[in-house]
Amino acid sequence: MATTQSLERSESRTPTPTIQPAIAAQMRRRRWLVNGLRVGLLVVFLGGWELAARLGWIDPFFFAMPSQIALQIWEWVNEGTSQGPLWQQVLVTLEETVLGFLIGAVLGILCGVALGRNRLLADVFSIYIKIANSIPRVVLGSIFIISLGLGMASKVALAVVMVFFVVFGNAFQGVREADRNLIANARILGASSRQVTTAVVIPSALSWIIASLHVSFGFALVGAVVGEFLGSRQGIGLLIATAQGTFNAAGVFAAMIVLAIVALIAESLITLLENTLIKWRPAQLAETGF
Amino acid sequence: MALMMREPARSMGRAPAPAADRAAAIELRNVVRRFVTPDGRSLTALRDFDMTVRRGEFCAVVGPTGCGKSTTLTLVAGLARPSEGEVRVMGAPVAGIDPRIGFVFQQDATFPWKNVLDNVVAGPLFRGQPKRAALDLAREWIRRVGLAGFEKHYPHQLSGGMRKRVALAQTFINGPEILLMDEPFSALDVQTRILMQGELLKLWSEGQASVVFVTHDLDEAIALADRVFVLTAGPATVKAVYDIDLPRPRVTSEIRYHPRFVELSKTIWQDLRDEVLISYQRAQKAAE
Repeated sequence: MATTQSLERSESRTPTPTIQPAIAAQMRRRRWLVNGLRVGLLVVFLGGWELAARLGWIDPFFFAMPSQIALQIWEWVNEGTSQGPLWQQVLVTLEETVLGFLIGAVLGILCGVALGRNRLLADVFSIYIKIANSIPRVVLGSIFIISLGLGMASKVALAVVMVFFVVFGNAFQGVREADRNLIANARILGASSRQVTTAVVIPSALSWIIASLHVSFGFALVGAVVGEFLGSRQGIGLLIATAQGTFNAAGVFAAMIVLAIVALIAESLITLLENTLIKWRPAQLAETGF
Repeated sequence: MALMMREPARSMGRAPAPAADRAAAIELRNVVRRFVTPDGRSLTALRDFDMTVRRGEFCAVVGPTGCGKSTTLTLVAGLARPSEGEVRVMGAPVAGIDPRIGFVFQQDATFPWKNVLDNVVAGPLFRGQPKRAALDLAREWIRRVGLAGFEKHYPHQLSGGMRKRVALAQTFINGPEILLMDEPFSALDVQTRILMQGELLKLWSEGQASVVFVTHDLDEAIALADRVFVLTAGPATVKAVYDIDLPRPRVTSEIRYHPRFVELSKTIWQDLRDEVLISYQRAQKAAE
Protein backbone atom coordinates (compact mmCIF):
# COMPACT_ATOMS: atom_id res chain seq x y z
CA MET A 1 0.00 0.00 0.00
CA ALA A 2 2.75 2.38 0.99
CA THR A 3 4.30 2.25 -2.47
CA THR A 4 1.00 2.89 -4.17
CA GLN A 5 0.38 6.03 -2.18
CA SER A 6 3.82 7.42 -2.82
CA LEU A 7 3.39 6.76 -6.53
CA GLU A 8 0.11 8.58 -6.49
CA ARG A 9 1.78 11.58 -4.91
CA SER A 10 4.54 11.73 -7.46
CA GLU A 11 1.99 11.51 -10.27
CA SER A 12 0.08 14.59 -9.20
CA ARG A 13 3.26 16.67 -9.07
CA THR A 14 2.85 19.88 -11.08
CA PRO A 15 5.24 22.75 -11.85
CA THR A 16 5.39 25.49 -9.24
CA PRO A 17 2.68 28.19 -9.63
CA THR A 18 5.15 30.92 -10.67
CA ILE A 19 6.32 28.99 -13.72
CA GLN A 20 2.83 27.94 -14.87
CA PRO A 21 1.58 31.30 -16.28
CA ALA A 22 4.88 31.85 -18.08
CA ILE A 23 4.58 28.49 -19.83
CA ALA A 24 0.97 29.28 -20.76
CA ALA A 25 1.95 32.66 -22.18
CA GLN A 26 4.76 31.12 -24.17
CA MET A 27 2.43 28.52 -25.63
CA ARG A 28 -0.14 31.17 -26.51
CA ARG A 29 2.48 33.28 -28.30
CA ARG A 30 3.59 30.27 -30.28
CA ARG A 31 0.04 29.42 -31.30
CA TRP A 32 -0.48 33.00 -32.52
CA LEU A 33 2.76 32.88 -34.48
CA VAL A 34 1.85 29.59 -36.19
CA ASN A 35 -1.69 30.70 -37.04
CA GLY A 36 -0.47 34.10 -38.24
CA LEU A 37 2.09 32.51 -40.54
CA ARG A 38 -0.55 30.12 -41.89
CA VAL A 39 -2.93 32.93 -42.79
CA GLY A 40 -0.07 34.98 -44.21
CA LEU A 41 1.01 32.14 -46.47
CA LEU A 42 -2.56 31.75 -47.80
CA VAL A 43 -2.90 35.48 -48.47
CA VAL A 44 0.41 35.60 -50.33
CA PHE A 45 -0.48 32.54 -52.42
CA LEU A 46 -4.03 33.60 -53.38
CA GLY A 47 -3.04 37.26 -53.76
CA GLY A 48 -0.11 36.31 -55.98
CA TRP A 49 -2.32 34.12 -58.13
CA GLU A 50 -4.98 36.82 -58.48
CA LEU A 51 -2.37 39.47 -59.22
CA ALA A 52 -0.51 37.31 -61.74
CA ALA A 53 -3.76 36.60 -63.57
CA ARG A 54 -4.88 40.24 -63.57
CA LEU A 55 -1.49 41.50 -64.73
CA GLY A 56 -1.56 38.95 -67.52
CA TRP A 57 1.49 36.93 -66.36
CA ILE A 58 -0.66 33.81 -66.52
CA ASP A 59 -3.72 33.34 -68.71
CA PRO A 60 -6.87 33.35 -66.51
CA PHE A 61 -8.64 31.37 -69.25
CA PHE A 62 -6.47 28.34 -68.53
CA PHE A 63 -5.55 28.86 -64.91
CA ALA A 64 -8.58 30.80 -63.64
CA MET A 65 -8.12 33.13 -60.66
CA PRO A 66 -9.30 33.06 -57.05
CA SER A 67 -12.01 35.68 -57.54
CA GLN A 68 -13.44 33.76 -60.52
CA ILE A 69 -13.43 30.52 -58.53
CA ALA A 70 -15.17 32.21 -55.59
CA LEU A 71 -17.73 33.64 -57.96
CA GLN A 72 -18.33 30.21 -59.50
CA ILE A 73 -18.92 28.64 -56.08
CA TRP A 74 -21.24 31.55 -55.16
CA GLU A 75 -23.19 30.99 -58.37
CA TRP A 76 -23.47 27.24 -57.77
CA VAL A 77 -24.64 27.75 -54.22
CA ASN A 78 -27.22 30.42 -55.09
CA GLU A 79 -28.40 29.50 -58.57
CA GLY A 80 -27.52 25.84 -58.74
CA THR A 81 -25.41 24.05 -61.32
CA SER A 82 -26.34 23.08 -64.86
CA GLN A 83 -27.34 19.64 -63.54
CA GLY A 84 -29.30 20.74 -60.47
CA PRO A 85 -28.63 22.28 -57.06
CA LEU A 86 -25.06 22.01 -55.73
CA TRP A 87 -26.05 20.31 -52.46
CA GLN A 88 -27.64 17.53 -54.49
CA GLN A 89 -24.40 16.93 -56.40
CA VAL A 90 -22.45 16.89 -53.15
CA LEU A 91 -24.96 14.51 -51.62
CA VAL A 92 -24.78 12.08 -54.52
CA THR A 93 -20.99 11.97 -54.48
CA LEU A 94 -20.96 11.73 -50.71
CA GLU A 95 -23.43 8.85 -50.73
CA GLU A 96 -21.33 6.93 -53.24
CA THR A 97 -18.18 7.65 -51.28
CA VAL A 98 -19.55 6.71 -47.87
CA LEU A 99 -21.19 3.54 -49.18
CA GLY A 100 -18.03 2.48 -50.98
CA PHE A 101 -15.92 3.39 -47.96
CA LEU A 102 -18.04 1.42 -45.51
CA ILE A 103 -18.37 -1.67 -47.70
CA GLY A 104 -14.69 -1.62 -48.63
CA ALA A 105 -13.55 -1.05 -45.05
CA VAL A 106 -15.73 -3.78 -43.58
CA LEU A 107 -14.68 -6.27 -46.27
CA GLY A 108 -11.06 -5.26 -45.85
CA ILE A 109 -11.14 -5.70 -42.07
CA LEU A 110 -12.93 -9.05 -42.27
CA CYS A 111 -10.56 -10.46 -44.89
CA GLY A 112 -7.50 -8.97 -43.19
CA VAL A 113 -8.37 -10.48 -39.81
CA ALA A 114 -9.33 -13.84 -41.34
CA LEU A 115 -6.11 -14.13 -43.32
CA GLY A 116 -4.02 -12.72 -40.51
CA ARG A 117 -5.30 -15.35 -38.09
CA ASN A 118 -4.98 -18.28 -40.50
CA ARG A 119 -1.50 -19.05 -41.83
CA LEU A 120 -2.66 -21.44 -44.55
CA LEU A 121 -5.22 -19.01 -45.96
CA ALA A 122 -2.60 -16.28 -45.87
CA ASP A 123 -0.02 -18.37 -47.72
CA VAL A 124 -2.54 -19.41 -50.40
CA PHE A 125 -4.10 -16.01 -51.02
CA SER A 126 -1.09 -13.73 -50.58
CA ILE A 127 0.10 -14.16 -54.17
CA TYR A 128 -3.29 -13.29 -55.66
CA ILE A 129 -3.71 -10.30 -53.44
CA LYS A 130 -0.30 -9.04 -54.51
CA ILE A 131 -1.30 -9.40 -58.17
CA ALA A 132 -4.69 -7.75 -57.65
CA ASN A 133 -3.04 -4.93 -55.73
CA SER A 134 -0.62 -4.20 -58.56
CA ILE A 135 -3.43 -3.64 -61.09
CA PRO A 136 -4.16 0.06 -61.56
CA ARG A 137 -7.63 -0.15 -60.09
CA VAL A 138 -9.01 3.05 -61.59
CA VAL A 139 -9.15 1.22 -64.92
CA LEU A 140 -11.75 -1.08 -63.38
CA GLY A 141 -14.03 1.98 -63.41
CA SER A 142 -14.64 1.45 -67.14
CA ILE A 143 -15.60 -2.19 -66.53
CA PHE A 144 -18.00 -1.17 -63.77
CA ILE A 145 -19.63 1.48 -65.97
CA ILE A 146 -20.15 -1.13 -68.67
CA SER A 147 -21.49 -3.83 -66.37
CA LEU A 148 -23.28 -1.80 -63.67
CA GLY A 149 -24.46 1.15 -65.74
CA LEU A 150 -24.38 4.90 -65.25
CA GLY A 151 -26.10 4.82 -61.86
CA MET A 152 -24.74 4.77 -58.37
CA ALA A 153 -23.69 1.09 -58.27
CA SER A 154 -20.72 1.50 -60.62
CA LYS A 155 -19.27 4.38 -58.53
CA VAL A 156 -19.77 2.52 -55.26
CA ALA A 157 -18.06 -0.53 -56.75
CA LEU A 158 -15.06 1.52 -57.82
CA ALA A 159 -14.83 3.16 -54.38
CA VAL A 160 -15.03 -0.29 -52.72
CA VAL A 161 -12.16 -1.58 -54.82
CA MET A 162 -10.09 1.50 -54.03
CA VAL A 163 -10.69 1.18 -50.28
CA PHE A 164 -10.56 -2.58 -49.86
CA PHE A 165 -6.88 -3.18 -50.56
CA VAL A 166 -5.61 -0.39 -48.33
CA VAL A 167 -7.72 -1.47 -45.35
CA PHE A 168 -7.09 -5.14 -46.00
CA GLY A 169 -3.32 -4.67 -46.10
CA ASN A 170 -3.27 -2.76 -42.84
CA ALA A 171 -5.69 -5.06 -41.02
CA PHE A 172 -3.62 -8.06 -42.10
CA GLN A 173 -0.37 -6.46 -40.98
CA GLY A 174 -1.93 -5.30 -37.71
CA VAL A 175 -3.17 -8.80 -36.91
CA ARG A 176 0.22 -10.28 -37.73
CA GLU A 177 1.98 -7.77 -35.47
CA ALA A 178 -0.24 -8.58 -32.47
CA ASP A 179 2.00 -9.25 -29.48
CA ARG A 180 2.52 -13.01 -29.06
CA ASN A 181 2.86 -12.54 -25.31
CA LEU A 182 -0.54 -10.90 -25.07
CA ILE A 183 -2.07 -13.75 -27.06
CA ALA A 184 -0.41 -16.36 -24.85
CA ASN A 185 -1.54 -14.46 -21.76
CA ALA A 186 -5.14 -14.34 -22.96
CA ARG A 187 -5.10 -18.06 -23.78
CA ILE A 188 -3.80 -18.97 -20.33
CA LEU A 189 -6.34 -16.64 -18.69
CA GLY A 190 -8.95 -18.82 -20.38
CA ALA A 191 -9.75 -17.15 -23.72
CA SER A 192 -11.10 -19.32 -26.52
CA SER A 193 -9.74 -18.86 -30.02
CA ARG A 194 -12.62 -16.53 -30.87
CA GLN A 195 -12.12 -14.54 -27.67
CA VAL A 196 -8.43 -14.16 -28.53
CA THR A 197 -9.46 -12.64 -31.86
CA THR A 198 -12.04 -10.25 -30.43
CA ALA A 199 -10.30 -9.34 -27.16
CA VAL A 200 -6.66 -9.24 -28.21
CA VAL A 201 -6.03 -9.40 -31.95
CA ILE A 202 -8.59 -6.87 -33.16
CA PRO A 203 -7.89 -4.25 -30.46
CA SER A 204 -4.18 -4.45 -31.13
CA ALA A 205 -4.74 -4.22 -34.89
CA LEU A 206 -7.06 -1.26 -34.40
CA SER A 207 -4.43 1.46 -34.61
CA TRP A 208 -3.23 -0.01 -37.92
CA ILE A 209 -6.79 -0.24 -39.23
CA ILE A 210 -7.67 3.32 -38.27
CA ALA A 211 -4.49 4.63 -39.83
CA SER A 212 -5.66 3.04 -43.08
CA LEU A 213 -9.15 4.57 -42.74
CA HIS A 214 -7.63 8.06 -42.90
CA VAL A 215 -6.05 7.32 -46.26
CA SER A 216 -8.83 5.20 -47.63
CA PHE A 217 -11.62 7.75 -47.27
CA GLY A 218 -9.67 9.88 -49.69
CA PHE A 219 -9.38 6.86 -51.98
CA ALA A 220 -13.13 6.27 -51.79
CA LEU A 221 -13.69 9.86 -52.83
CA VAL A 222 -11.29 9.44 -55.76
CA GLY A 223 -13.13 6.25 -56.76
CA ALA A 224 -16.53 7.94 -56.69
CA VAL A 225 -15.38 11.05 -58.57
CA VAL A 226 -13.46 9.13 -61.22
CA GLY A 227 -16.49 6.89 -61.67
CA GLU A 228 -18.69 9.94 -62.21
CA PHE A 229 -16.10 11.38 -64.50
CA LEU A 230 -16.16 8.26 -66.67
CA GLY A 231 -19.92 8.33 -67.03
CA SER A 232 -22.83 9.46 -64.88
CA ARG A 233 -25.89 11.65 -64.64
CA GLN A 234 -25.11 13.40 -61.35
CA GLY A 235 -22.34 14.21 -58.91
CA ILE A 236 -19.27 16.38 -58.53
CA GLY A 237 -17.29 14.24 -60.95
CA LEU A 238 -19.80 15.08 -63.67
CA LEU A 239 -19.57 18.75 -62.67
CA ILE A 240 -15.83 18.58 -63.29
CA ALA A 241 -16.31 16.75 -66.57
CA THR A 242 -18.84 19.38 -67.72
CA ALA A 243 -16.55 22.24 -66.70
CA GLN A 244 -13.69 20.59 -68.56
CA GLY A 245 -15.88 20.18 -71.65
CA THR A 246 -16.70 23.90 -71.68
CA PHE A 247 -13.11 25.00 -70.94
CA ASN A 248 -14.29 26.41 -67.62
CA ALA A 249 -11.08 26.27 -65.52
CA ALA A 250 -12.75 28.12 -62.64
CA GLY A 251 -15.45 25.45 -62.58
CA VAL A 252 -12.85 22.66 -62.23
CA PHE A 253 -11.12 24.47 -59.39
CA ALA A 254 -14.43 25.24 -57.70
CA ALA A 255 -15.45 21.57 -57.80
CA MET A 256 -12.04 20.69 -56.40
CA ILE A 257 -12.56 23.02 -53.46
CA VAL A 258 -15.99 21.57 -52.76
CA LEU A 259 -14.41 18.09 -52.75
CA ALA A 260 -11.64 19.24 -50.45
CA ILE A 261 -14.17 20.59 -47.95
CA VAL A 262 -16.02 17.26 -48.00
CA ALA A 263 -12.76 15.35 -47.48
CA LEU A 264 -11.68 17.60 -44.61
CA ILE A 265 -14.98 17.14 -42.77
CA ALA A 266 -14.76 13.36 -43.22
CA GLU A 267 -11.16 13.38 -42.03
CA SER A 268 -12.07 15.19 -38.83
CA LEU A 269 -14.91 12.71 -38.24
CA ILE A 270 -12.47 9.82 -38.56
CA THR A 271 -10.06 11.51 -36.15
CA LEU A 272 -12.95 11.83 -33.71
CA LEU A 273 -13.67 8.11 -34.11
CA GLU A 274 -10.00 7.35 -33.59
CA ASN A 275 -9.84 9.35 -30.37
CA THR A 276 -12.83 7.54 -28.90
CA LEU A 277 -11.66 4.08 -29.99
CA ILE A 278 -8.00 4.41 -29.03
CA LYS A 279 -8.27 6.49 -25.90
CA TRP A 280 -5.95 4.07 -24.09
CA ARG A 281 -2.97 5.28 -26.09
CA PRO A 282 -0.45 7.42 -24.19
CA ALA A 283 -0.89 11.13 -24.89
CA GLN A 284 1.94 13.01 -26.58
CA LEU A 285 3.82 15.06 -24.00
CA ALA A 286 4.90 18.01 -26.10
CA GLU A 287 2.16 18.83 -28.56
CA THR A 288 3.38 21.01 -31.37
CA GLY A 289 1.57 22.51 -34.34
CA PHE A 290 -2.13 21.82 -34.07
CA MET B 1 15.83 -24.67 12.44
CA ALA B 2 16.68 -27.87 10.66
CA LEU B 3 20.05 -27.57 9.05
CA MET B 4 19.61 -30.54 6.81
CA MET B 5 20.79 -30.11 3.29
CA ARG B 6 20.38 -32.84 0.79
CA GLU B 7 23.40 -33.66 -1.29
CA PRO B 8 22.74 -32.17 -4.72
CA ALA B 9 20.74 -34.78 -6.56
CA ARG B 10 22.62 -35.37 -9.76
CA SER B 11 20.32 -36.10 -12.62
CA MET B 12 20.76 -39.70 -13.62
CA GLY B 13 20.16 -39.14 -17.31
CA ARG B 14 17.74 -41.64 -18.76
CA ALA B 15 16.47 -43.29 -15.59
CA PRO B 16 13.39 -45.49 -16.02
CA ALA B 17 10.30 -43.31 -15.56
CA PRO B 18 8.74 -43.92 -12.16
CA ALA B 19 4.98 -44.24 -11.77
CA ALA B 20 3.05 -40.98 -11.56
CA ASP B 21 3.58 -39.44 -8.16
CA ARG B 22 0.33 -38.68 -6.35
CA ALA B 23 1.80 -35.82 -4.37
CA ALA B 24 3.35 -34.22 -7.44
CA ALA B 25 1.83 -31.12 -8.97
CA ILE B 26 4.17 -31.10 -11.94
CA GLU B 27 6.31 -33.86 -13.36
CA LEU B 28 8.66 -33.76 -16.32
CA ARG B 29 10.05 -37.16 -17.30
CA ASN B 30 12.95 -37.54 -19.76
CA VAL B 31 11.71 -34.53 -21.63
CA VAL B 32 13.42 -33.44 -24.84
CA ARG B 33 12.38 -30.29 -26.64
CA ARG B 34 13.75 -29.47 -30.07
CA PHE B 35 13.10 -26.45 -32.22
CA VAL B 36 13.40 -26.18 -35.96
CA THR B 37 15.33 -23.06 -36.88
CA PRO B 38 14.19 -20.95 -39.86
CA ASP B 39 16.99 -22.43 -42.00
CA GLY B 40 15.70 -25.93 -41.28
CA ARG B 41 18.20 -27.11 -38.64
CA SER B 42 17.12 -28.77 -35.43
CA LEU B 43 18.05 -27.07 -32.17
CA THR B 44 17.77 -28.83 -28.81
CA ALA B 45 16.63 -26.64 -25.93
CA LEU B 46 16.01 -29.35 -23.31
CA ARG B 47 17.48 -32.85 -23.02
CA ASP B 48 16.88 -35.68 -20.53
CA PHE B 49 14.96 -33.25 -18.40
CA ASP B 50 13.54 -34.60 -15.13
CA MET B 51 11.80 -32.43 -12.60
CA THR B 52 9.13 -32.93 -9.97
CA VAL B 53 7.32 -30.16 -8.14
CA ARG B 54 5.31 -31.21 -5.11
CA ARG B 55 1.88 -29.76 -4.36
CA GLY B 56 2.10 -26.44 -2.60
CA GLU B 57 5.82 -26.21 -3.16
CA PHE B 58 7.68 -23.11 -4.33
CA CYS B 59 10.39 -24.14 -6.78
CA ALA B 60 12.86 -21.83 -8.43
CA VAL B 61 14.75 -22.66 -11.62
CA VAL B 62 18.07 -20.93 -12.22
CA GLY B 63 20.43 -21.33 -15.12
CA PRO B 64 22.56 -19.39 -17.55
CA THR B 65 20.87 -16.96 -19.94
CA GLY B 66 19.20 -18.61 -22.90
CA CYS B 67 19.67 -22.17 -21.63
CA GLY B 68 16.01 -23.16 -21.96
CA LYS B 69 14.56 -22.18 -18.59
CA SER B 70 11.48 -20.61 -20.12
CA THR B 71 10.93 -23.61 -22.38
CA THR B 72 10.13 -25.75 -19.33
CA LEU B 73 7.35 -23.33 -18.42
CA THR B 74 5.79 -23.30 -21.89
CA LEU B 75 5.74 -27.13 -21.79
CA VAL B 76 3.99 -27.21 -18.42
CA ALA B 77 1.56 -24.47 -19.49
CA GLY B 78 0.59 -26.45 -22.59
CA LEU B 79 1.74 -23.66 -24.91
CA ALA B 80 4.22 -26.12 -26.46
CA ARG B 81 4.60 -29.91 -26.61
CA PRO B 82 7.67 -31.95 -25.71
CA SER B 83 9.48 -33.61 -28.63
CA GLU B 84 10.09 -36.66 -26.43
CA GLY B 85 9.21 -37.65 -22.89
CA GLU B 86 6.23 -36.80 -20.77
CA VAL B 87 4.88 -33.76 -18.95
CA ARG B 88 2.23 -34.38 -16.29
CA VAL B 89 0.23 -31.82 -14.35
CA MET B 90 -1.71 -32.95 -11.27
CA GLY B 91 -1.12 -36.56 -12.31
CA ALA B 92 -2.49 -36.25 -15.84
CA PRO B 93 -0.54 -35.72 -19.07
CA VAL B 94 -0.67 -32.14 -20.38
CA ALA B 95 -3.06 -31.77 -23.29
CA GLY B 96 -3.54 -28.15 -24.23
CA ILE B 97 -3.87 -25.26 -21.83
CA ASP B 98 -4.94 -26.31 -18.35
CA PRO B 99 -7.37 -23.92 -16.61
CA ARG B 100 -5.70 -24.63 -13.26
CA ILE B 101 -2.50 -22.96 -14.43
CA GLY B 102 -1.56 -19.32 -14.06
CA PHE B 103 1.35 -17.73 -15.93
CA VAL B 104 3.16 -14.47 -15.20
CA PHE B 105 5.27 -13.30 -18.12
CA GLN B 106 8.62 -11.60 -18.19
CA GLN B 107 7.47 -8.77 -20.42
CA ASP B 108 4.37 -6.72 -19.83
CA ALA B 109 1.43 -8.86 -20.80
CA THR B 110 -1.30 -6.57 -19.51
CA PHE B 111 -3.68 -5.49 -22.26
CA PRO B 112 -2.80 -1.86 -23.02
CA TRP B 113 -6.30 -1.02 -24.31
CA LYS B 114 -7.99 -2.20 -21.12
CA ASN B 115 -7.95 -0.30 -17.84
CA VAL B 116 -6.82 -1.99 -14.63
CA LEU B 117 -10.28 -3.29 -13.76
CA ASP B 118 -10.90 -4.70 -17.24
CA ASN B 119 -7.46 -6.28 -17.25
CA VAL B 120 -8.00 -8.04 -13.94
CA VAL B 121 -11.54 -9.13 -14.78
CA ALA B 122 -10.47 -10.57 -18.15
CA GLY B 123 -9.78 -14.10 -16.89
CA PRO B 124 -13.12 -14.70 -15.12
CA LEU B 125 -15.01 -13.20 -18.08
CA PHE B 126 -13.10 -15.39 -20.58
CA ARG B 127 -14.11 -18.33 -18.40
CA GLY B 128 -17.77 -17.35 -18.59
CA GLN B 129 -18.37 -16.08 -15.06
CA PRO B 130 -21.34 -13.72 -14.61
CA LYS B 131 -20.19 -10.15 -15.11
CA ARG B 132 -21.30 -8.70 -11.78
CA ALA B 133 -19.65 -11.38 -9.65
CA ALA B 134 -16.50 -11.19 -11.77
CA LEU B 135 -16.28 -7.41 -11.32
CA ASP B 136 -16.70 -7.71 -7.55
CA LEU B 137 -13.97 -10.33 -7.45
CA ALA B 138 -11.71 -8.14 -9.60
CA ARG B 139 -12.16 -5.14 -7.30
CA GLU B 140 -11.26 -7.36 -4.36
CA TRP B 141 -8.06 -8.54 -6.07
CA ILE B 142 -7.10 -5.02 -7.12
CA ARG B 143 -7.39 -4.06 -3.47
CA ARG B 144 -5.32 -7.04 -2.38
CA VAL B 145 -2.43 -6.15 -4.65
CA GLY B 146 -2.59 -2.56 -3.37
CA LEU B 147 -4.01 -0.85 -6.46
CA ALA B 148 -7.33 0.35 -5.00
CA GLY B 149 -8.20 3.68 -6.62
CA PHE B 150 -6.41 2.82 -9.87
CA GLU B 151 -9.26 0.78 -11.41
CA LYS B 152 -9.79 3.24 -14.26
CA HIS B 153 -6.11 3.78 -15.06
CA TYR B 154 -4.63 2.37 -18.25
CA PRO B 155 -1.37 0.40 -18.09
CA HIS B 156 0.64 3.20 -19.73
CA GLN B 157 -0.36 5.47 -16.83
CA LEU B 158 1.17 3.08 -14.28
CA SER B 159 4.76 2.40 -13.21
CA GLY B 160 6.46 -0.91 -14.05
CA GLY B 161 5.91 -2.20 -10.52
CA MET B 162 2.22 -1.30 -10.62
CA ARG B 163 1.82 -3.04 -13.97
CA LYS B 164 3.35 -6.15 -12.39
CA ARG B 165 0.77 -5.88 -9.61
CA VAL B 166 -1.94 -5.82 -12.28
CA ALA B 167 -0.37 -8.94 -13.85
CA LEU B 168 -0.34 -10.68 -10.45
CA ALA B 169 -3.98 -9.81 -9.75
CA GLN B 170 -4.90 -10.90 -13.29
CA THR B 171 -3.30 -14.30 -12.64
CA PHE B 172 -4.31 -14.85 -9.01
CA ILE B 173 -7.98 -13.99 -9.63
CA ASN B 174 -8.33 -17.30 -11.51
CA GLY B 175 -7.23 -19.15 -8.36
CA PRO B 176 -4.46 -21.12 -10.09
CA GLU B 177 -3.31 -24.35 -8.46
CA ILE B 178 -0.10 -24.10 -10.41
CA LEU B 179 1.68 -20.82 -10.89
CA LEU B 180 4.35 -20.47 -13.55
CA MET B 181 6.50 -17.37 -13.45
CA ASP B 182 8.97 -16.51 -16.19
CA GLU B 183 11.47 -14.01 -14.76
CA PRO B 184 8.51 -11.86 -13.76
CA PHE B 185 10.47 -9.19 -11.92
CA SER B 186 13.59 -9.00 -14.09
CA ALA B 187 12.53 -5.73 -15.75
CA LEU B 188 11.99 -3.95 -12.42
CA ASP B 189 14.51 -1.87 -10.52
CA VAL B 190 16.09 -3.54 -7.48
CA GLN B 191 13.98 -1.86 -4.77
CA THR B 192 10.70 -2.51 -6.57
CA ARG B 193 11.79 -6.06 -7.23
CA ILE B 194 12.30 -6.77 -3.51
CA LEU B 195 8.89 -5.26 -2.73
CA MET B 196 7.24 -7.38 -5.39
CA GLN B 197 8.98 -10.52 -4.12
CA GLY B 198 7.47 -9.87 -0.69
CA GLU B 199 4.09 -9.25 -2.30
CA LEU B 200 4.33 -12.54 -4.19
CA LEU B 201 5.25 -14.54 -1.08
CA LYS B 202 2.30 -12.99 0.75
CA LEU B 203 -0.16 -13.88 -2.03
CA TRP B 204 1.34 -17.37 -2.35
CA SER B 205 1.13 -18.09 1.40
CA GLU B 206 -2.59 -17.23 1.32
CA GLY B 207 -3.28 -19.95 -1.26
CA GLN B 208 -2.01 -23.44 -1.92
CA ALA B 209 -0.47 -22.97 -5.34
CA SER B 210 2.57 -24.88 -6.51
CA VAL B 211 5.01 -22.45 -8.06
CA VAL B 212 7.74 -22.74 -10.67
CA PHE B 213 9.67 -19.50 -10.67
CA VAL B 214 12.24 -19.11 -13.43
CA THR B 215 14.94 -16.54 -12.81
CA HIS B 216 18.56 -15.81 -13.62
CA ASP B 217 18.96 -14.14 -10.22
CA LEU B 218 20.24 -16.72 -7.72
CA ASP B 219 19.55 -14.52 -4.67
CA GLU B 220 15.95 -14.10 -5.78
CA ALA B 221 15.63 -17.88 -6.19
CA ILE B 222 16.98 -18.58 -2.70
CA ALA B 223 14.93 -15.82 -1.07
CA LEU B 224 11.67 -17.16 -2.49
CA ALA B 225 11.89 -20.90 -2.98
CA ASP B 226 11.66 -24.18 -1.05
CA ARG B 227 13.86 -25.82 -3.65
CA VAL B 228 16.20 -24.47 -6.28
CA PHE B 229 16.86 -26.33 -9.54
CA VAL B 230 20.16 -25.47 -11.21
CA LEU B 231 20.18 -26.07 -14.96
CA THR B 232 23.16 -26.69 -17.20
CA ALA B 233 24.09 -24.51 -20.15
CA GLY B 234 21.87 -25.27 -23.16
CA PRO B 235 20.66 -27.82 -24.09
CA ALA B 236 19.45 -27.66 -20.52
CA THR B 237 19.09 -30.50 -18.09
CA VAL B 238 18.86 -30.43 -14.30
CA LYS B 239 22.36 -30.22 -12.87
CA ALA B 240 21.48 -30.16 -9.19
CA VAL B 241 18.59 -29.57 -6.80
CA TYR B 242 19.02 -27.74 -3.48
CA ASP B 243 16.64 -27.65 -0.54
CA ILE B 244 16.35 -24.15 0.87
CA ASP B 245 15.79 -24.64 4.58
CA LEU B 246 15.32 -21.00 5.46
CA PRO B 247 12.46 -20.35 7.89
CA ARG B 248 9.11 -19.02 6.67
CA PRO B 249 7.51 -16.55 6.64
CA ARG B 250 10.45 -14.79 5.05
CA VAL B 251 11.06 -11.07 4.77
CA THR B 252 12.62 -10.76 1.33
CA SER B 253 14.41 -7.51 2.12
CA GLU B 254 16.21 -9.04 5.13
CA ILE B 255 16.56 -12.73 4.37
CA ARG B 256 19.68 -12.12 2.32
CA TYR B 257 21.62 -11.22 5.51
CA HIS B 258 20.71 -14.53 7.11
CA PRO B 259 23.94 -16.59 7.61
CA ARG B 260 22.29 -19.66 6.11
CA PHE B 261 21.29 -17.63 3.05
CA VAL B 262 24.89 -16.58 2.48
CA GLU B 263 26.05 -20.16 2.90
CA LEU B 264 23.47 -21.51 0.43
CA SER B 265 24.18 -18.74 -2.02
CA LYS B 266 27.91 -19.59 -2.01
CA THR B 267 27.31 -23.33 -2.47
CA ILE B 268 24.81 -22.99 -5.29
CA TRP B 269 26.85 -20.32 -7.04
CA GLN B 270 29.79 -22.77 -7.25
CA ASP B 271 27.55 -25.02 -9.30
CA LEU B 272 25.93 -22.31 -11.35
CA ARG B 273 29.16 -20.46 -12.15
CA ASP B 274 30.58 -23.27 -14.30
CA GLU B 275 27.45 -23.32 -16.44
CA VAL B 276 27.36 -19.56 -16.75
CA LEU B 277 30.98 -19.62 -17.94
CA ILE B 278 30.27 -22.31 -20.53
CA SER B 279 27.29 -20.37 -21.79
CA TYR B 280 29.26 -17.12 -21.92
CA GLN B 281 32.16 -18.68 -23.82
CA ARG B 282 29.75 -20.16 -26.36
CA ALA B 283 28.07 -16.82 -26.87
CA GLN B 284 31.49 -15.23 -27.44
CA LYS B 285 32.44 -17.89 -29.94
CA ALA B 286 29.14 -17.43 -31.77
CA ALA B 287 29.77 -13.69 -31.97
CA GLU B 288 33.20 -14.13 -33.56
